Amino acid sequence: MSITATDSTSRHPAIRSTTLFWGAALAGLVVLFVVASQFPVLDDPRREFLLPFARWISDGMDFLVDDLSFGLFTFEDLTRAIAFVLSLPLLALTSLLASGWTLPFSEIEVAPLPWFAVVAAMVFMGWRIGGGKLAALMFASFAYLAIFDQWQSAMITLSSVLVAVPIGIVFGLGLGILAYKHSGSERVISPLLDLMQTVPVFAYLLPVLVLFGFGQVSAMIATIIYAMPPMVRVTIVALRSVPGDLLEFGDMAGCTARQMLWRIELPAARDSLMVGVNQVVMLSLNMVIIASMIGAGGLGRDVLTSLKRLAIGDALEAGVAITLLAIAIDRLSQAFANRARMKRPKRSQDRTRVPLSTPAGFVAILLIGALITALAPSLAIYPRALVLDTGPFWDELIRLINVHLYDTLDAIKAFLLIWVMIPLKRLLVEAPWMAVAAGVALIGWRLSGLRLAATLFAMAAFIAFTGNWEKAMISVYLCGTSVVIACLIGIPIGVWSAASARARGVISVVIDTLQTLPSFVYLIPVVMLFQVGDFSAMIAIVLYALAPAVRYTDHGLRQVPGETIEAATMAGCTPAQILWRVKLPLATPHIMLGVNQTIMMALSMLVITALVGTSDLGQEVYIALTRANVGMGIVAGLCVAFLAMTADRLIGAWAAERRRRLHLA
Amino acid sequence: MIEASALKPNTEPDTREDAQPATKLSCRNLWKIFGDEREVHDLVRKSGGVPDPAAIDRAGLSAGVRDASIDVREGEIFVIMGLSGSGKSTIIRCLSMLLQPTAGELFFEDRDLLACSRKELIELRRHKMGMVFQHFALLPHLSVLRNVAFPLEVQGVDRARSEEKAREMIALVGLESREEDFPDALSGGQQQRVGIARSLATEPELWFLDEPFSALDPLIRREMQDEFLRLQRVLHKSIVFITHDFDEAIRIADRIAIMNHGEIVQIGTPEDLVVRPADAYVEEFTRAVSRSKVLSARTLMESHDAAADHAGEIGASERVSEFAARVVEETRPFAVVDKHRRPIGQISREAVISVLAEG
Ligand SMILES: Nc1ncnc2c1ncn2[C@@H]1O[C@H](COP(=O)(O)OP(=O)(O)OP(=O)(O)O)[C@@H](O)[C@H]1O
Ligand SMILES: [Mg+2]
Repeated sequence: MSITATDSTSRHPAIRSTTLFWGAALAGLVVLFVVASQFPVLDDPRREFLLPFARWISDGMDFLVDDLSFGLFTFEDLTRAIAFVLSLPLLALTSLLASGWTLPFSEIEVAPLPWFAVVAAMVFMGWRIGGGKLAALMFASFAYLAIFDQWQSAMITLSSVLVAVPIGIVFGLGLGILAYKHSGSERVISPLLDLMQTVPVFAYLLPVLVLFGFGQVSAMIATIIYAMPPMVRVTIVALRSVPGDLLEFGDMAGCTARQMLWRIELPAARDSLMVGVNQVVMLSLNMVIIASMIGAGGLGRDVLTSLKRLAIGDALEAGVAITLLAIAIDRLSQAFANRARMKRPKRSQDRTRVPLSTPAGFVAILLIGALITALAPSLAIYPRALVLDTGPFWDELIRLINVHLYDTLDAIKAFLLIWVMIPLKRLLVEAPWMAVAAGVALIGWRLSGLRLAATLFAMAAFIAFTGNWEKAMISVYLCGTSVVIACLIGIPIGVWSAASARARGVISVVIDTLQTLPSFVYLIPVVMLFQVGDFSAMIAIVLYALAPAVRYTDHGLRQVPGETIEAATMAGCTPAQILWRVKLPLATPHIMLGVNQTIMMALSMLVITALVGTSDLGQEVYIALTRANVGMGIVAGLCVAFLAMTADRLIGAWAAERRRRLHLA
Repeated sequence: MIEASALKPNTEPDTREDAQPATKLSCRNLWKIFGDEREVHDLVRKSGGVPDPAAIDRAGLSAGVRDASIDVREGEIFVIMGLSGSGKSTIIRCLSMLLQPTAGELFFEDRDLLACSRKELIELRRHKMGMVFQHFALLPHLSVLRNVAFPLEVQGVDRARSEEKAREMIALVGLESREEDFPDALSGGQQQRVGIARSLATEPELWFLDEPFSALDPLIRREMQDEFLRLQRVLHKSIVFITHDFDEAIRIADRIAIMNHGEIVQIGTPEDLVVRPADAYVEEFTRAVSRSKVLSARTLMESHDAAADHAGEIGASERVSEFAARVVEETRPFAVVDKHRRPIGQISREAVISVLAEG
C-alpha cells in the first residue's frame, strides 16, 4: 500500500515537470528560430564566417605528397613502393585470369585460363566443399558470366578481390590481435574503427587517389581499407570470448605467450573469425563499383559507365554478375568454414574414397584447360554466337512500363514529393543552424548529460562553419524520410517473421539477398522506373537500408524470454496484447539498434545516390572526387560522419536509458 | 581458523605410526584480495605486508582467500571443500599460480613459487604440475588424441613420441576407441576422462583437480570417483582436489580442508571432521554423513586384551562400514592390528552395533 501511495504521488509531479520542461524548450526553440534567422552567423554562415578546413586539409595533403621526406626516401617514394608491391600479385592474377601474358625473354604469348576450365574448376571445388547444391550454384554463377558476355570484366574484378581479401584478412587479424593483447593500442584502434565505419567510403577514396594515383592498385587499397574494419572488430571480440578455462589450461600446460595465441586462442576462436572473413569478402565485393571510380576496371566500371549512359539493361547485366560473384564466393567461404567444423568423423573415409585432394584437383583441371587451349586457341573464348544480350529486352520492358504505368507511378511520386518530402526539405533547409543544434543538444542533455550535449553541438557547429549546413540538412531530410519509410515497412515484416517460422524462412532469404547486393545495384531498377531525382534516391536508400530494421526486430522479439510470454499468456493476455504490452516494449532496445543500423546504412548510401542527381553532402563528396579535391571531399565526408554519429549517440543514449528503465541491465 | 597446534593431537595417531612423508606443496598465511591492483598493493603495504581484514572491508575490496596455511604431503589426496563462493577455486588458482597471491608464502618442495620467473614457472608447469578443470577445458579443434598430446607438443616433444604417450594415457582412462573423435562427440564423463588423461600426459608430480566431477550426473560421478581412486593407487601423485560435495570428499580424501568465506576452518582426516568438528559450520557439513563410513577401527577400538579369544584381525585404518558385517556376525571380539600386523587393540560387536545404530 505505502509503496503504491508514494509511487503515485511522486509520478505526477515528475510527469508535469517533464511536460513543462519540453513546453518551455519548444517555446525557446521557436524564439531562437525567429531570432536566429535574422543573423547569417546563426542561420547559415555561408560565406563570411567560414573556416577554411578544406584548404588546410588540401595543403596538408600537398605537403605529404610534395615535400615530406624521411631522409633516405620521400613520402612519395614510400607510397610508390607500397603500390608496386601490391601491384605484383594483382598483375599475376589478372594475367592468369583475364589478359594472358608473354613468357619472359621471348615473344611467346600465353592465353589466359580458358572460361570452361575455370567454370569446371569452380564446380569441382563447390562439389568437394559443399556438395551438389554448391556445385550447382557455382555452375549457374560462372556460366552466367560466360553466357552474358561478362567473362572478361568478371575475371578482372575477381583477381582484384582475390588479392584484396587475403590482405584485408591478414591486416585485420593482425590489428585485432594487437588490440586484444595491448589495451593501450586498443584505445587508439577502436575510435579509428568507429570513424572509418561512419565516414562514407568516398571520402577516403580521395586521399588514396592522391597518394597512389588513378588505377587498379589504388582501387584495391581503398577496398582493403573499407573491408578491413569488421575483421579487426570480429577478431577482438572473438579472442575476448575464448573461454577462460582454456586460457588457464594453456597456462598450466606451460604455453608461452606465442603458443597460447597460435595453438589455443586463435583456433578456439576459429568459428567467430570466419564471420569476419565472410564480412571482408562481402565488403570487398560491395566496393567493386565504388572502386571503379578511382580506376578499378572490370564489372564495376561496366555498371558505372552504363549507369551514366542510362543503359539500364547493360548496367543490370553487369550488376547481376557482381551479385552472383558475391553470392558464389560468400557461399563457398561459408561452406568452407562449415566443413572445417564438421569434417571430423568423415575425414578419413573421404580421403580413401577420392584419392585426389581438393586443391590438387582444382589445379589439375585448370592445367588441363590451359593445355587444351594451347592446342586449340579458338576454344579459349566463349563463342560470340552463343552470347545472350538482354539489354534490348530491359529497354523494351521499361518502355512498356513507362507507357502503361507512367501515370500511376508518377502519381505516387508526386504525392510523396508534394506532401511529405518537399515540405520537410523546406523546413529543414530554412531552420537556422543555431536552433537545430540547440534542439539536438537539448535532447542529448536530457538523455545523457552535458558531455553528450556539448559533443552534439560541436559537431553541428563544424558542419555549419565549414559551409555545409544546407547540404547537410538536405541529407538529413533524404535519409530521415527513407529511414522512416524503411522502418514502417521493415518493423512489421520483422514482427511477422518473428511470429511465423514459415514466413521467417522466406523473409530471411530475401533479406540475405538484399544484403549481398552491392549498394549500386539498387539504383538500377529505381532509375528505370522513376528517373533521376530525390525520389529515386529515396527508394534506393529504403531498399538498401531495409535489412537491419527487419533483422533486429525479429531478433529482439525472439529474445524475449519464453517464461515471460508464458506468464503473460497465463495472465489471460490475447496474442495482440502480448505483442503490444510485453514483446514490443521488451524488444524496443533491440529494435532501436536496428533503426540505428538503418540510419547508418542510409547515410552510407547517400554518396551513391549522388549519381542520380541529389544535391546533398553525397553530391559534394562526389564532386570533390571528380575534381580530386581532397580537402573538400574529406570535410564533406566528415560532415556525413558527424550526422551518423549524432544519430548513433542519441539513439544509443535513448536505448541505454530505456534499458535501465526496463531493468534489462 | 583453528590453530595448527590445536589440531595436532587429533592427527597424532596417524603421524605416530610412520615417518611422515615429505611435504610437496606448502603455503603459509596466503591471501588473495580482489580489486584494483594498485589499490590492493597499497593496502597490503600500509598494513605491513599482512592484510588486515578490517582495512579490506573499509576499502570495499573482497578477499577470496584469507590467511590460508596448507601442507600437501607427497602421495596424499588433499581435498579442499566448502560451499559455493567460499574461495575454493581461488585458492587452487593461487596454489597453481594461475592467480598471483596477494600475500603469504608458497613453496613447491623447496622452491619459492612467488619468486619464480615466468620462464621458471612455465618449466615447472610443463614437467611437475597438471590440472583438471570443472568444465573440462578441452580444445574443440583438436581430436582426443591431439588434445592429450597437446601438453607434450607444447614442450617440443616430437609428434611420434607425444602421440605414443597420449595413446598410453588414453588407454589408462579407458577411451582407446575414441582417439580420433573430437570433444563435441563425447559425453561429459568421457570428456573429463580426456581431461584427466591430458593432465597426466606429462607425468606431473603435483596434480590439481578443480571440481572435476561436479559437472557430471551422480551415477557417472561415482564411477569417475572409483576410476580416480584406481588411478591414484597406480600413480601415487600428490593431489589437491576441490569439491563442494562432502560425500565425495570423504570417499576419496586422505585429509580434508574445510573453507568458509575464504578462510580454512579446519584441516583433518574425514574421521577427525566427523568426530571432532572445529565449529558449528563443520558440524553442519558432517551431520548427514553416516559415521560408519568415516570412523576407523583405530578410533573405535578398546585396549587390547591378549588373553581374549579373537575371531580375526582388522586393519587399524579400516572404516566401520568395511568391517561391520564381519564383526556383527561373531560374538567374539576382533583384534585391531597396525601396518606391521602388530595388535594394538580390539573391537567388540556391541561397539560396532552402537555406531551403526547412530546412523
Ligand atoms: N576475479 C574476481 N574478482 C572479484 N571477486 C572474485 C573474483 N573471482 C572470485 N571472486 C569472489 O571470490 C569469492 C570466491 O570465489 P571462488 O570462485 O573461489 O568460489 P568457489 O568456492 O570456487 O565457488 P564455486 O563452488 O561456485 O566454484 C566469491 O565471492 C567470488 O565472488
Ligand atoms: Mg569454483
